[in-house]
Amino acid sequence: MNYQWNWTSFNDLSPDGVHTYLQTLQIGACWTIALAVSAYVIALLLGSIIGVMRTVDSKIARAIAATYVELFRNVPLLVQMFLWYFVLPELLPKPLGAAIKQIQQPWGQFFPALLCLGFYGTARIAETLRSGIRSLRAGQRQAAFALGLSGFQAYCFVILPQAFRVVVPPLTSELMATIKYSSVAMTIGLLELTGAARSMQEFSFHTFEAFSAATIVYFAINSVVVYGLMLVERKLAASSSSPRKASSALPLSEVGQS
Amino acid sequence: MTFLGLKEIVASLPYLLKVGLTFSVTLTALAAVFGLMLGTLLALCRMSPSRLLSVPATLFVNGMRSVPLLLVIFWFYFLAPYVGAWIMHSPTPVEVGAYRSAVITFTLFESAYFCEIMRAGIASIARGQMQAGLALGLTYRQTMITVVLPQAVRNMTPALLTRVITLFQDTSLVYAIGAYDLLKGFEVAGKNFNRPVETYILAAMVYFTICFSLSMGVRALQKRIQIIR
Repeated sequence: MNYQWNWTSFNDLSPDGVHTYLQTLQIGACWTIALAVSAYVIALLLGSIIGVMRTVDSKIARAIAATYVELFRNVPLLVQMFLWYFVLPELLPKPLGAAIKQIQQPWGQFFPALLCLGFYGTARIAETLRSGIRSLRAGQRQAAFALGLSGFQAYCFVILPQAFRVVVPPLTSELMATIKYSSVAMTIGLLELTGAARSMQEFSFHTFEAFSAATIVYFAINSVVVYGLMLVERKLAASSSSPRKASSALPLSEVGQS
Repeated sequence: MTFLGLKEIVASLPYLLKVGLTFSVTLTALAAVFGLMLGTLLALCRMSPSRLLSVPATLFVNGMRSVPLLLVIFWFYFLAPYVGAWIMHSPTPVEVGAYRSAVITFTLFESAYFCEIMRAGIASIARGQMQAGLALGLTYRQTMITVVLPQAVRNMTPALLTRVITLFQDTSLVYAIGAYDLLKGFEVAGKNFNRPVETYILAAMVYFTICFSLSMGVRALQKRIQIIR
């Protein structure tokens, strides 16, 4: 293949006139991590609430949670990204919409992307947690109520601590998925890692150097997450007799979800 | 905001649906079929006792699964012309186009995910099936193709179909290389009639309708399969 590799091009000045391409990629990696981690925190908090709502007795709560999950899982992430970025400011009252559109460069893209990834992840984590809760023996819940705990107490002290322990591995792969999904934010103009690589490709024409660098950084981030999971799992294994595996209760259709 | 322009948009829908939807559906179908074939091969390689087969397959699958699809799309979009030139001994990069590079990208990317589903499927078949096949005098290949794989595919049908729905949603990412898919069709309509808000909402509704009804179908199928078993 007659492609001129030139690894020194990372030291060239990028079009912003301040940073080299290497620095723009570093900044991009930081945006990726910041976006993915904060979206994951939102998804974990809201996902726990929706996931619990899917398992409670109240029919209304279950219907609301199920609607939420179906709505967010059946629309492509890219379309959701456009809805948050292009459509939401138009639907809000005029002054508020105009104020949103005036937010400065990276933040004006960061917040819609954060909301988008957070609410999308919420639906996925809710499903994971629901299968975790369903994998527990029914006796656990019955015993909690028999002891006189309220519904809230039963979830806080009996059901959720066990359910979360079961779903640690799927929750970790969800964090990795969120890191990968955060690349979609480049379509609304956030220069995260993929966006920075794409922009370097566009301006410097060193296509494969740029994409190689981004690929290596994604590998590195993934390795860190996998290593973190290993530490958490070791700690959990030491501190508890493990309950039944979540996978045995997962419906087959969810195996392919990642 | 008014919905005044909605009439024109609806009038242009047949064209959009024809061009855009055809692209998205063909891409999904091709990537699903080729991806499943390649994924099954990868699964067999990963489970093979030979390191020469299992190590490269594992590296490929794990590599694909740790990189965002968007980056993979860019990789192949820009790499394909060079590979084409190399295959055809052409001195200059060959024009491949967004459609063909998208088919290659999605086939390779999805094969990594199908591989993991098929691996779980093959592992779910009792070991006695393979032993019985070998005891009957079938070769490993015959037993795999006529005994184990058909059962594995049947057990994994719901998971495979769910993955195909995800794949259909993911094809919207060809937006990044400018291909004319369903989403792009809606976007073009929005620009033409200066009604981007309505068309994006309409796009979301169309995607939701398609994906939701498909996933309902998968759920019904899953119930049927469970009863038979």
